[in-house]
Parts: sequence; structure tokens; C-alpha cells
Amino acid sequence: MVSKAASTAIPANQVPKLNYLNNGHTLKSWLLTTDHKRIAVLYLISVTFFFFLGGFFAMLIRLELLTPQGDLMQADTYNKVFTMHGMIMVFFFLIPVVPAVLGNFLVPLMIGAKDLAFPRINLLSWYLYVVGGLLITHVMLTGGVDTGWTFYTPFSTDYTNTKIVEAGLAVFIAGFSSIFTGLNFIVTIHRMRAPGLTWDRLPLFIWANYATSLIMILGTPVVAITIVLVAVERLFHLGIFDPRLGGDPLLFQHLFWFYSHPAVYIMILPSMGVVSELIACSARKRIFGYKFVALSSVAIAVFGFLVWAHHMFVAGISLYAAMIFSFLSFSVGVPSAVKVFNWTATLYKGSISYATPMLYAFGFIGLFTMGGLTGLMLATIGIDVHVTDTYFVVAHFHYVMVGGVLMGYLGGLHFWWPKMTGRMYPEAWAKLSALLVFVGFNLTFFPQFILGYVGMPRRYWQYPPEFQTLNVLSTAGASILAAGYLLPMIYFVWSLRYGAIVTDPNPWAAAGLEWKTSSPPPTFNFDETPVVTWEAYNYDEIPPWERRAPVAK
Amino acid sequence: MARQVDALYIYLLLVSGVMTALIFVAVMLLAIKYRRSKGCVAQQIEGSTLLEITWSIIPLFVMMTFFVWGAVIYFQERTPPADATEVYVVAKQWMWKIEHLEGQREINELHVPTGQNIKLIMTSQDVIHSFYVPAFRIKQDVLPGRYTTLWFKATKPGRYHLFCAEYCGTQHSGMGGDIVVMEPQDYAQWMAGGPSAPLQDTGKQLFSSLGCATCHRFDVQGRGPNLLGIYNKPVLLEDGRTVIADENYVRESILNPTAKIVNGFKPVMPTFQGIVSEEQLNALVAYVKSLSQPATGTAGLQNAPAASSGQPQNMQVQ
Repeated sequence: MVSKAASTAIPANQVPKLNYLNNGHTLKSWLLTTDHKRIAVLYLISVTFFFFLGGFFAMLIRLELLTPQGDLMQADTYNKVFTMHGMIMVFFFLIPVVPAVLGNFLVPLMIGAKDLAFPRINLLSWYLYVVGGLLITHVMLTGGVDTGWTFYTPFSTDYTNTKIVEAGLAVFIAGFSSIFTGLNFIVTIHRMRAPGLTWDRLPLFIWANYATSLIMILGTPVVAITIVLVAVERLFHLGIFDPRLGGDPLLFQHLFWFYSHPAVYIMILPSMGVVSELIACSARKRIFGYKFVALSSVAIAVFGFLVWAHHMFVAGISLYAAMIFSFLSFSVGVPSAVKVFNWTATLYKGSISYATPMLYAFGFIGLFTMGGLTGLMLATIGIDVHVTDTYFVVAHFHYVMVGGVLMGYLGGLHFWWPKMTGRMYPEAWAKLSALLVFVGFNLTFFPQFILGYVGMPRRYWQYPPEFQTLNVLSTAGASILAAGYLLPMIYFVWSLRYGAIVTDPNPWAAAGLEWKTSSPPPTFNFDETPVVTWEAYNYDEIPPWERRAPVAK
Repeated sequence: MARQVDALYIYLLLVSGVMTALIFVAVMLLAIKYRRSKGCVAQQIEGSTLLEITWSIIPLFVMMTFFVWGAVIYFQERTPPADATEVYVVAKQWMWKIEHLEGQREINELHVPTGQNIKLIMTSQDVIHSFYVPAFRIKQDVLPGRYTTLWFKATKPGRYHLFCAEYCGTQHSGMGGDIVVMEPQDYAQWMAGGPSAPLQDTGKQLFSSLGCATCHRFDVQGRGPNLLGIYNKPVLLEDGRTVIADENYVRESILNPTAKIVNGFKPVMPTFQGIVSEEQLNALVAYVKSLSQPATGTAGLQNAPAASSGQPQNMQVQ
């Protein structure tokens, strides 16, 4: 992949004396920064922390499930552990990870802007995230919550003594962090594009983040008010969700899923945007059907708001409501399938390289396809009745949310690592970790599809012995997966000091505007505001790869 | 039902398998054929509206077959046959309480005969639970404050897992039991072993002891509507709406009587919220329902309104 002979031919990276990383070394210069790139780094550190914290809980879950008996911990402890795993992973990792880290770093760079529209609000959003994160950590250390991340009433309002209100507050605060990020992105993408960068020239990562931001600002307030209702119900017993007082526990589920279903698209859409960038660059091609891929993100965001009750097919909604929501759920399948087909078609007549980012993009397509197809099975009501609330659902959403999001995120992180740090990650180790993640992931979650179909309910602390073999397989896979996630953590940190310094500011010879400035970029991104006269992914106009080298010694 | 669900599942697996294989093979072939090599330059292709339409319409069409097939099965699952034997289920943290109409009570076990349609009328005393029998491929959440129903017909004798599938607290994973499917003659024997009064007799006794009978009279018009024959019939409400007097309506009228006042009556009935237990409610509902059935020869199932004075009964309602 690396053409060593050619590396002399490239101009040395004009590393500016001053870039965003060395512009100020004090802690204060980081904690009070309004530079979107520094905030992205702050987010990177904090979401990584929460990822490993959530991963720690995942490990405890898998260890407990090695044996049918509940022997590692008490039932209550187990319930708190899976609740913490879910809450941390959903609200403090999956939702913020791609928009807040990669999006924050790249949205202004990709559209040729100096920063986001509201740099201070951007910093505020990080602080809100941290406050929410500290609060959830505090809850965890002082007793925990045992409702599952879904807070179903009336269990959460009347039948548990754990820290619901505090945990709800943490999610509420983190929600505002999400809303502010969404607002910032929407205003920035509307108002701050470089001259000539029309909507149909935007990178697909921008389209994806735009669609995501729409969901963030329209959906998140609903979950916020739902949490307030739960808190009010808990504290004052108004009876909103209590049938004894004329309330309805199902109302909670409607409100909760009205946000929490679209939230899945908050997670997956930005990752889809990343994958489009990775495939285009690796195949050196414009994405096949650019407009359809761009609009499919918006379509997913819109349809995503119309399908929430497919989480409730057995919850007690009416027969015909279930049928309508089943029908609508399939509608999301179309734009998702369109994306996969277009990515595949992009490979046709390409010139494809297989650096680590592309391996992750392939991994994304594989896991997302399986996650998506099992999603269609779940949308099929006759099947859903049997497998909902079983490990089938657990496997499905891990394929989509974890398989999808993490593949996109890790692929993107490798791809833009030289942009963010000016240094290269070690390619061989990275390929190994990509392989470990893919194999480990499938070994962890594929057996869970089978477990679900043979009837193992989710959130079970103990289970009948016939389910053990599959659980052991799953735990074995999780160990491989853990190694696959720890490796990048180690070599990324290693590369900060020992990684090869990129001599070419554009080591991938990629087409995006973000590569038209130095790596790492200066504080205000571009010395001169770029003027865009070309379409997105104009790989025919980029010098061929032989003249480039990703790494210099 | 299990067989139908499995058939659909196999169809879905086949279609998904083919789709996955197609994408996998396409990606692999393209990835190998167009791997980067010296001197090879990518050809830029804009896209193709025709292709986009094709690969939107065909999957949509295939998905519609999923939808229709799935909906048909679901429709059957949610429509209990009229001849189904009714069994009342009360869920609570963390057990399943079962009441047969004949009066038998069980905990965490449900005995049923083969070949008989069984309709479960379920409610919860506390949080949301979910009645899940993987072997029958059926599941239904059980909610506090209302009835949900589920039906099945067991075909093969044996013990089958009963799980709670909706997370309900500490012992959620311990809230299981067995569905015991028996040959009809074994079932009859088992049934005969129980020393209980039929559920609707318990209901009738409650109807009298709680004072319901003073207003809901069967002879002359009382302050409340005559309940004879109302079950599953449309009822005209004061506000002009019409509701079907199903199990949930009867239940609501006992717990929250002013919610849906029958046309021509005054909202004078007190609530029985907190006065009657879930089991007593079930008995009352079973009794009101029995008022609509043609009299049968079964002992103790007299529908005659005059019997509302009640015979002495030993059965204590728990």
C-alpha cells in the first residue's frame, strides 16, 4: 500500500509552526477553548472513558451469563449492571460519539469554515455532557439504578427504590448537550459553507450529520420532558402513568420510544456518513448515486419518527395500530438498503486500497446488513411477537448500533487520525484490531440471535441450562472483542509520541476540503477561505495515488 | 401457530440469506477485481436513476410480502376463537397466579388439555410483566389496570417454559414457570382433583356482599344498569359514544365508574379501587360475563337473576 519509492517526490508537510494542538499548552487553554477541534479532542477523551466504563459493565454481564445460575453477583446487582451498561453506552457513548468527536472536528473543516457557528455553545455542550456523565457516575457509585435504560413505568415510578430521578437528571442534562450540538451543526451547515460549496457538493458526512442534527433537536426535547414526567410522577404521584389514578403506563412507552427509536438513527446516520467518505477515498471514486445517498439520510431521519410503536407490538397497543407501525417500519428499510447498494456499486471500476479505514467500512457493510435484515424480521409482526424482549432483539440492536456505529467510528478515527494528530497509527496493528473486532463481534452477538429464537428473554440474571452453550460462545467472542477494542486504545496513544509524522498533509490523497489545510490544522482551519469550484469526491482531479505516500519514515 | 411462525421465519431467513450472500459476493468480487494496482485509474460513474429505482422497488416489494404474511399471523394471534376456554392470569412481582373458571388455582403453572383453544385474560397487580411461552411462539405484555388477552392451542403433551419477558425488577429472571399440556383425559382427572368453587360463583357472592346487587338489579330498574346480557354488547354512553362492554369495560366500570357513564344513568357509583383485589375483580368480571351466557347444565352456573341472593359458600376469596 505504501509506495516507499514515491515518498521523496512529495513536498514535505508544511507543518505550520502553530497548529491547533500547540496553540497553548495550559490546562486552561484546553478547558476554556472554543476551538471546535480542541472540543472534539475533549469529547474524544471523555467518550473513550465512558466507552470503557460501559465496556466494563458489558464484561460483567458476559461473565455472569457464563453459567445458568446467578453466581457472580446478586440479582439486584446484575440488574444495576445491565442498566448502567445500557445507559452509559446509549446516552454517553453511542449518541454523542460520532457527531461530537468526528463531527465536531470535521464539520467546519469539511465546509471550509473557521469554526462552528456558536463556539461557546459548543464548549457548553461538552460541559453539559461532562456534568451528565459525572452525575451518572455518581449515581452508579452511590447505589445505581435498576430499571434498564428504558425506565419503563410503573416500575420506575412506583416500584423501585433506586436513584431514578438522579439518573434521569443525568440523561436530561446530556440531552441538552446533544440538542446544542445539533443546533450548532444545523446553523453552521446552513450559514457557513465556503463560497461555491452548494448543497449538492457537500460531503455525505455533512449530509448525514445534518440529518442527525434534525433528529437531535426534534427528538431530544421529547425524551427530556418524558424524564421530567417520570420525576414528577415519582416525587408527587400525580398519576400520569398510574392506572389507579386514571393514568396510562403505555403513555410512557409511546413518549420514550418517540425519541429513543429516532435516537438509533442519531447513532447510525453519522457513521453511515463516515463510511461514505471512507469508501469514496479508498475506491478513489465519487459515491455512486450521490444524491440518493444524501437524501436517503434525510429520508431515514423523517421516516425514523414514524415507527416508534414497533417497540410495542406486544405491549398492549391495538391490532390495527400494530399493523400500521409494522408497515411504516419497513419504509425505513428502503433508504437503508439504498445506501448499502450504492456503497457496493461505488466499488465498481474503482481502484480500491485496503488500508485499515476501508477494512472498517467493509465491516460496517457486513454488520449493518445483518443488523438491518434482522430489523426487517422484527418489523414483521408475527415474528416480533415471538422474539421481542429476547436475545434476538439484543443481538439485532448490537449489530446495528454497536456493529454499525463502532465500525464507522473506528474507521473514521483511523482515517482522520493523521488529520487530528499529524501522526500515523501503526498499520499492521490496526489491521489486526479491525480483524479482531469483526470476528469478536460476530462471535459475541451471532449466537444471541439463536438464543433469542429458542426463547431466552433479555435482562435475565439466571437462565435454564439448555441456553448455556450459546452463552459461553457469546462470552468467548466478547473476550476477543475486548482485545480488539483495547488494541486501538493502546496504539493510538502510542502513536501520539512514536507514530510516523505525516509528511504530506493529505496522506490518503483524499478529496475533502478538510485535507486542503495542514495536518494538524491551524486554529482557524484555513489560512484563506477556500472557494469551491468542484463537485464532492472529485477523485478524477486528484493526483493519482502513486505520487502519494501515507507514511513517511 | 408455532409452525406458522416458523414457516415465516424460514422464509425470512432464506430471503435474508440470499440478500446477505448477494451483497457479500458482490462486495468481495468487486473488491478483488478492482483492487488497486499500478497504473489502474478509477472510472468515475455518476450513478443511475434506473438502478436506484430498481433497488428501491424490489426490496420494497419483498418487504411487503414480509409485512402481509406477518400481519396475517399476528391477526390470528390476536383474535381468540369464540369457543376458547377462558383462564384468568394475575401477574405480580414475581409470580404468575392462574385461575381457571372452574375454580382451580395455580401458581407458576398452567395446566391445559391438548386440542383445546385457551384464552388467557391477564392483568398485573403491580408493574408490567409479559407472558411468554417460547414453544408456542406467543407473548403478550401484562399490564396493571387493564386486561390483555392471549390465546393458544397446545397440541403436544409436555412441560413448556413460561417466562416473564418484560423486565419487572429483582427476580425478573426467576418469574417463570411451566405450561403443563396434558391429554384431555389426564386433564379432566387433574381438574377433578381441585376442591374449588367456580370463579363466577365467587363473583356472584362478591356481587352480593359488596352491595352491587342493590343498584344493579335484575328484576326492576335499579340505580345502575341491568347487567343481564350486556357482555360484549354495545352500550350507549351519556356523551353519545358507544363502547363494547368487553372485559376491560366491565373492569373499568368497577374501578373507575364515572369514566364511561351509561346513557340515562347518574354517576353515583363509588369506586372499588383498592377495595377489590385483582382476583376478586376477575371473579366479578367472570360473573358479569356469565350473565350473558345461555344457562348450561353445569353445577352452580345458574344464571337466573333470582339467584343473586346467593347460596352459602365456603370459598374464601384471597
